[in-house]
Amino acid sequence: MAIVLIFQDKIIPTDKHGYLLDHLLWQRELALVMANHDDFELTDAHWEVINFVREFYLTYNTSPAIRALTKAMKAEFGAEKASSRYLYKLFPEGPAKQATKYAGLPKPARCI
Amino acid sequence: MTQKEQKSSGASPQESVLAIINSKAPFSSSHGKDALDVALIFASFEQKVSLFFQGDGVYQLMDKQDGSLLGMKDYLKTFSAFEFYDIEDIYVCQQSLVNRQLGEDFHIDNVQVLSSIEFGLALNRHQHVLRF
Repeated sequence: MAIVLIFQDKIIPTDKHGYLLDHLLWQRELALVMANHDDFELTDAHWEVINFVREFYLTYNTSPAIRALTKAMKAEFGAEKASSRYLYKLFPEGPAKQATKYAGLPKPARCI
Repeated sequence: MTQKEQKSSGASPQESVLAIINSKAPFSSSHGKDALDVALIFASFEQKVSLFFQGDGVYQLMDKQDGSLLGMKDYLKTFSAFEFYDIEDIYVCQQSLVNRQLGEDFHIDNVQVLSSIEFGLALNRHQHVLRF
């Protein structure tokens, strides 16, 4: 079931769930290709979260689990966007899990 | 009776679930990283976690370190995200600092320096203790 991720004529190494093995290879266009593989459309609202999660990772060296993500987003965007309800609407399979994938980050070890 | 109520309500918020003791220097073994992972998992499930640093564990709090220079993940950077995990009780043993001639230049805020006696008392307020 593994999908080979090809971007600009190169194979981008991923784990079996499609997460990049090297987050430094990430760029916006690559995220679009990844989302396309999953039949998943990225809107501006999605990008806001993806960029935020990526920034979180680069700052703290860890992918935030959902609770930490909502708490950190509250400080940045205010309460209305910082609910798990809002985030699950955007990323039905789990915000921390899905947003980190399109942000090119490792799958969060703490899975929720 | 009022006194009694006050006493019990005063004692309960201090009663925390889990204390994690860090007693090893950061990048010589995986102990520190393992302790951090456990702390974040418990915190993600809204369990109150306190962190204790003693012995060589105090080196984990020292500023200006970068594990990536050793080809390791610099997990100390994650300490700055504790506020998002509601990890607020962070204690360091003063005597351990003194023995190593270390100052209090920690790379995170909110660290409480405690004497050996206070350190022991703080530890006692926890139901479970894990040592790394």
